[in-house]
Parts: sequence; C-alpha cells; structure tokens
Amino acid sequence: MPDIASGHGNSDAAISPLGMDGVLVRFSRMLSPQANGAAHGFCDAVIAADLPGVTEVAPSLTSVRVGFDITKTNRDSLTRALRALLAGLRDADPAPRRLWRIPVAFGPSHAPQLAEAAALAGLTPDQAVAEITAQRLRVLAIGFAPGQPYLGMMPPHWDIPRQSELTPKVPRGALVTAVRQLIIFAADTPTGWRQIGQSAFAVWRPDSDRPFALDPGDAVQFHAVSDDTLRDLQANPNSNGGATCEVLR
Amino acid sequence: MPVLRVHSAGPGVTVQDLGRPGWTAQGLSRGGAADRLALLEAAALLDQDAGLAVLEMAGFGGVFSTDRPMRIALTGAQMQASIDGVPVPPNISQLLAAGAKLTIGGARAGVYGYLAFAGGIVTAPVMGSRATHLTAGLGRVLAAGDSLPLGEDPAPDTPPRRLDIADRCHGGIIRLMPGPQTDLFDKATLARFLSTPFRRDPRGNRQGVRLDHDGAPFGAASGLSITSDLIVPGDVQLTGEGVPYVLLAECQTIGGYPRIGTVIPADLARVAQTAPGTMLQFTLLDIAQADATAQSDADLLRGLRQACRPLIRDPHDIADLLGYQLVSGVTAGDDLERDGDGTQG
Repeated sequence: MPDIASGHGNSDAAISPLGMDGVLVRFSRMLSPQANGAAHGFCDAVIAADLPGVTEVAPSLTSVRVGFDITKTNRDSLTRALRALLAGLRDADPAPRRLWRIPVAFGPSHAPQLAEAAALAGLTPDQAVAEITAQRLRVLAIGFAPGQPYLGMMPPHWDIPRQSELTPKVPRGALVTAVRQLIIFAADTPTGWRQIGQSAFAVWRPDSDRPFALDPGDAVQFHAVSDDTLRDLQANPNSNGGATCEVLR
Repeated sequence: MPVLRVHSAGPGVTVQDLGRPGWTAQGLSRGGAADRLALLEAAALLDQDAGLAVLEMAGFGGVFSTDRPMRIALTGAQMQASIDGVPVPPNISQLLAAGAKLTIGGARAGVYGYLAFAGGIVTAPVMGSRATHLTAGLGRVLAAGDSLPLGEDPAPDTPPRRLDIADRCHGGIIRLMPGPQTDLFDKATLARFLSTPFRRDPRGNRQGVRLDHDGAPFGAASGLSITSDLIVPGDVQLTGEGVPYVLLAECQTIGGYPRIGTVIPADLARVAQTAPGTMLQFTLLDIAQADATAQSDADLLRGLRQACRPLIRDPHDIADLLGYQLVSGVTAGDDLERDGDGTQG
C-alpha cells in the first residue's frame, strides 16, 4: 500500500509517504554500492531541480527523503515532479568530491574488539588492519547522530553481525564495524557494533562554523598510528584529529 | 535586558522552541518542543510569533523569578503553580511581578509543561534555534543558580487572556499514517497491532516513548536484516524485542528497526503528553485521510490567536476579594478586568 508510485528511469525506485510533509524515494531495500550511488545521484538531482515547495532533501543508505511545505505544494504534485526526475535520471558522477585521510590507533587499549571482529571476518588482527587501511571507503550516509558517517563498503567477508548485547559505552571518535560498514562515533554512546579502533577526529563540532565535518559521498581512507600519536592528537584540540582533506573535484 | 532566575529546577527543564529543521542530511533531527502545540498556545496567549523560546518542564517545574514585570503563560501538562502562594491556572496569560516567586510543582496530568515569557527567552541561537537538543549535546538541562536573558515584554499592560483547549493528556485513539515500511508487517500483525491497547511505559524521553502491551511481540516479516533508513518524529518503531516506541522530537535520523507507521502531527502531542500507565490505541488512516489533517504552524497559530478570549476571573480565584467594593452598585461593572488582573501578579 505505501508504495504509491514507481519511477520509470529506475525500475527499483518506489515512492512512499514518510511523514505528513515528506516522501521517501527508495532505490532498494538492500544496501549495495549501486543503490547508494543512485540515492546520492538522485539527491543531487532533486537539489539541482529546485522544485517549488521543497524544504529539505536528505539521503540515507539507499533512499532519499524529500520534505515539502504543505502550504506551497502537496504530495501529488511533488510525487509527479519526482517521478519525472527519476525518469530522466542519468548516472551520476560516482567520483568523490573530497578525500579525507584520518589517523586511527589500532592498539589493544583502543581496539578492544579488533581480534573478535577480525576472527568473524576470517582474518588475523594485522590482516584486518591492513584491509581497513587499504580501502578507500565512502560516506554512504550521515545519520543516527549529528555528523555520524556510515562508511562502506568493506569486502563481503566483513559482513559480520551486530552483537546481541550492547556495549554500554564507546568513546567519541571510536571506529566500530558491522555489516560491511564502519562508523566513527559522534559522541560517547552505547552500541551493538564492535569497536576496532580509535580516532581523535570530531565528526560533529557544534561550536564551530562548520559543525559537520563530512558530507555524504566523501571518500575516507584510514591510516594506522601508534597509541602515543593518538594521545598527542587527542591532547591538541586544533589538530583536527590529524585528519587531512583533499578536494578532488 | 530582563533576566530569568532559576532558583530551583526539576530534572528535565530545558529551553525549547520549534527546533532546527533542515539538518536531516547531516544527522541532526529537528528537536524542539516535545509538545509543539503547547508552544504555539503560549505564543498565542502572549501574542508572540511561532519562534518564541520557552522553558519545557518534563514532569516537574521549579522556582523562577524575573527582575522586571513580565507576562507569562503556562501551557501543556497541567502543573501545580503559584506566584507567591497564589495559584496560577493553566492556559492564561498573566503578569508576573518583578521579584515574585513563581513556583511550579509536579504534573497532575500530562508530562511536558511549558512556561513562556512575553519577551521570550533570548539565549544565543545555535544553527538558527535556541532549542536544547540533549541527544546531540546542544545546550543542557537547567539547574538552580542559572540565569537566562529575556526579551522585554512589548506590552506588559495587556489584559490577561485565556485559551480553552481540548484535553490531550489522557491518551485515547492515536491516528497513524502509512510509511515506507508499513508493508513489511503482514496483514494479521498489522490488524493485531491496531486492535491492541497499549500502556505508556515509564521509559521515555524526548527521543521517544516506549509502549507496553499484553500478548505476543510484533515482528516484521523481514526480521532484523532491514537496511537502515530515514526516520521522522512520530514514527512507530518496533525494536528487536517487538516492542513499539513512538519517536519524538529528538529522534535519531536513521535507524534499522522497522517502523509500522507514523503518528500524524495533529496527534503526536497527545503521545508526548500521555503519562506512564495511561492507555493508547492506534488507528490507521489512508494517505488521503492523513493529508487532510495537515495544518501548518502558521495556520495553527492563527486559529489559536482567534480562540484567545479576555479572562473573566472566577471570584474564588481572587485572593484579595474582600478588598473590592462588591455591593456599592456605582461601578461600571468591569473593575475586575480593568483593575484587578493588571495588578494581581
């Protein structure tokens, strides 16, 4: 019932209500690089189309929510306009706009579950770190908490489940993993994902004029540093956690 | 600049307005008042705009004073309140004299009470809003000893007004609209969900409230392998245990547990104001029925302004009743409105 329209340009896309003032365009129920790319491409297309009454365009892993002002447009008009955009959707440029390089400590005191996660992926801890740092990951979505990136996708053998029990608290900047994805936590938080590293990088800086560090679609590459180096980065509030950002296009 | 002094505060007193829309893509939910309607009611009573920042009090108020005379309004949950010992009824505007102690106790009905000042709270906005967003770490709960800047009351001599409002603190039937994951639940599960009476669980906060029920948990056919997707306030999410949570203003922006539908905005304040132990039941509208209930904040505020009436006070509420000449028969008959209320405080 909720799928009230299907796109023509992308046969998998469905349009559903998501709240009184929004519609959700979903490209797939399963996460894949293709579905994530389609969502980002469509998000960019909706923003560029500047449709009347649209208040907010937000992508997630495989979908895009388009919010609207109920005094300026309505669900039917917006749905028709989005359907037309879907029909004309071209493959977006998949290349990332920016590349972040972020230091991470993988020493035992900062990676309490690295061995466990590596074993679930069929790897030794050293092999796991080598695979993580070899990947150029993408920001698949920003969400749950402010600025918090879902990074992926790791190779298929990293499709490891969430824990059945929550870890009561992992620290801000923690690197955690589950289901072929990595997350850098925005704040101290309980989680069912396994902590496999620690960064000094703040993804959410409410007191700054750029409160959100990362954008959806950014590329991220981690590199391993010693516990001592991490401590120095954490002690220096102006270090940006040692991260660098290169504009690619 | 007028100052609001917090002499004592309950555990969940925060500054709120209508929140920060527009940051979903960055992972920050709108936040703002848990009962948006109560904030608009306060704005109407005080003839302010919808951007008014107020105090939200979760379950318990505190003791407050201002250093200038200032009109105030109490809306939302019904909380025991008094000014220097004189009871303050809810849903009216009235003058708080400089230095007078406004004491607000526990909620007798509802959960979230609102204390609004005609000049508004004028703390520095962050990203376009003064709303405290606890899960994002924006702002904090207030404590004894805090002082907050207030705007000047633009018209402190305005006679008191009242607003008659329908009760929304006792649960009842809550209307849902379908969402992108409604069809993950099979027909039998959906039907059972809609016929089940729920009790508001004590576990709940500005992020969401948990509901209890008798009987089997509610599961989605596709289990827990669903790709995380976008969430909006009002979404009814079934956790891994099959227990519903209704998500409120400070909800997460993305989540993996399936959502059976979305509480329409017109009924969401009723969920927020339903105290633990109170019963709720859901009914499902189709999309056209749901859309027909949509009202913008501007339209809501316009309607509330029109519904405000001059306050005609019940003589029982007037502490110094014997001070009035009631039987001389030589007045114009409007003494109470003209003189009494402007100075009652």
